[in-house]
Amino acid sequence: MQEIRNYTMNFGPQHPAAHGVLRLIMEMDGETIIRADPHVGLLHRGTEKLAESKPFNQSIGYMDRLDYVSMMCNEHAYVRAIETLLGIEAPERAQYIRTMFDEITRILNHLMWIGSNALDLGAMAVFLYAFREREELMDVYEAVSGARMHATYYRPGGVYRDLPAQMSQYRESPWHKGKDLKRINSWREGSMLDYLDAFTADFPTKVDEYEELLTTNRIWKQRTVGIGVISPELAQQWGMTGVMLRGSGVEWDLRKKQPYAKYAEMDFDIPVGVGGDCYDRYLCRVEEMRQSNRIIRQCVQWLRANPGPVMVKNFKVAPPSRVEMKEDMEAMIHHFKLFTEGYCVPAGETYSAVEAPKGEFGCYLVSDGANKPFRVHLRAPGFAHLSSMDTIVRGHMLADVVAMIGTYDLVFGEVDR
Amino acid sequence: MSDTSATSLAEQLAARFGDTLSISTVRNETTAELAAADLLAVASALRDEPAFAFSELIDLCGIDYLGYGQVEWDTETVSGTGFSRGVEGQALGRFNWAERPRGGNLPRRFAAVIQLLSITHNRRLRLRVFCEDDSLPLVPSLTLVWPGSNWFEREAFDLYGIIFDGHPDLRRILTDYGFVGHPFRKDFPLIGNVEVRYDPVQKRVIYEPVSIEPRVLVPRTIRDDADLMQAEAEAADDWQRN
Repeated sequence: MQEIRNYTMNFGPQHPAAHGVLRLIMEMDGETIIRADPHVGLLHRGTEKLAESKPFNQSIGYMDRLDYVSMMCNEHAYVRAIETLLGIEAPERAQYIRTMFDEITRILNHLMWIGSNALDLGAMAVFLYAFREREELMDVYEAVSGARMHATYYRPGGVYRDLPAQMSQYRESPWHKGKDLKRINSWREGSMLDYLDAFTADFPTKVDEYEELLTTNRIWKQRTVGIGVISPELAQQWGMTGVMLRGSGVEWDLRKKQPYAKYAEMDFDIPVGVGGDCYDRYLCRVEEMRQSNRIIRQCVQWLRANPGPVMVKNFKVAPPSRVEMKEDMEAMIHHFKLFTEGYCVPAGETYSAVEAPKGEFGCYLVSDGANKPFRVHLRAPGFAHLSSMDTIVRGHMLADVVAMIGTYDLVFGEVDR
Repeated sequence: MSDTSATSLAEQLAARFGDTLSISTVRNETTAELAAADLLAVASALRDEPAFAFSELIDLCGIDYLGYGQVEWDTETVSGTGFSRGVEGQALGRFNWAERPRGGNLPRRFAAVIQLLSITHNRRLRLRVFCEDDSLPLVPSLTLVWPGSNWFEREAFDLYGIIFDGHPDLRRILTDYGFVGHPFRKDFPLIGNVEVRYDPVQKRVIYEPVSIEPRVLVPRTIRDDADLMQAEAEAADDWQRN
């Protein structure tokens, strides 16, 4: 019989299942993993250092580009850190808008995740279904900020502007025409809140569709049940948060435990796994989409009934309106100072965290009183999760590594920063 | 995270660890500063003792305090000779490698900051460990207490050059293979040192010294005078009537 020796295998960075730019060096015994050494940093842009060289507001756009499938949640952590140091609080309506967009973002993220994870494990169809709904939520991003992904919508003191009163319609084109065009425009006749009402009324049936494709699918279960089991102790040792922790049965969600924005007023449930394997985490994420849908509906209802300001009326931090700027000297000076110098943040330090779709996304901000941060550190959930890779995949088969990368829900924008 | 829980945590810490920690609570966030030599003992106690039960290390990062509080724009005095208030500054983005600030030997430039989370008590705690020696910043590794600190320590080593004593595998993590220097140090130029391009003659990728000039658009300013107080007054009142 021929003797088989251990060998080293390189996986990525150019590999469709590497979710971007993960490079894995694996020591294999046949098809079994002896050691996995993830190499990250191929997307390192030095966001934290760049932020140190710019006034506070100019770095909000960088936050979108960290975890580029849950953009507004990253902004939320950064903006909240600045607000804490400044000692200001966003108006109530802005907080509801933030809560709503955090949940829209969570659905966006989980749709991306369910699509790509299923694709990694051999189910092409889910990806196509998930992107159908993702597109509809992207339109909401675009309606509110003008950008489909990198919104820069949250600002210290509120949000950039109020929700649009009119959703924009699709024009006739070779891709959208006839009955199809009529259908997609029928939701878009009213305001953004009407559109979200229509979306959220419909979305649970869409989640049913994904579940129909996966939940009882024999191949899907064979690939995920009992794979990548993480005990609650192990999860805590490795600093896991979010679904990675909840999948192992630990009830920990910042939205419930340390509520921010308007989560304390929301009625929603936190799904928790039992076995801590890839399948349980899948079930958790699917249920989270349904719960996010509930939260969005509650926010829409409140926002409809309560118009009001969406930005603090403190012109040292937030710019005055264009109209005021043109008519009033004081407003003009404030505008000029804000856009040339920015605002100074009192010296101090804070750590503020939000429950991003992937786990706890935190921002540790140190200010020395200047108009630029002295140190920004972004605590990315994916970075902590990926560091446990070696411990968890040891003894698994090569194909299970792909399931594990999928279940970590990695995005290298945040891992590499 | 009510007011009382943060104070009681500070009191509990003071009662348990005494002078080892210097504790401050600002905005309900508790920070404990301690010496590198005490870190391991304190960390294991914080994790294991049921009164603290900090089961998770959420974050660990380095900080370089070089240039803390330095500005490039004078706000204190008004110049009688002109409008320029620019002062010599060496803030980030202003220098290249040759002109980097060598800064007076600040005592204790580097620090490692650790964020802990107790799931049982729903509490957070921040630990700060200053490195005694600037030229060889040394902090004991926490990998045996919280294995999750492994990559965070590698990152702090990579970006700040803080050496974690006892770390099993202290390699660079975020920067390029073969990178020289610790890029997040305040005396490392924002523009970097080398740039990469494909050389059609040699038919390979080559590294060259950077060709871009350092440039800063907004000077670094500290306004600790009336600005924020005024802002508060204006927020409380209607500013237009002020």
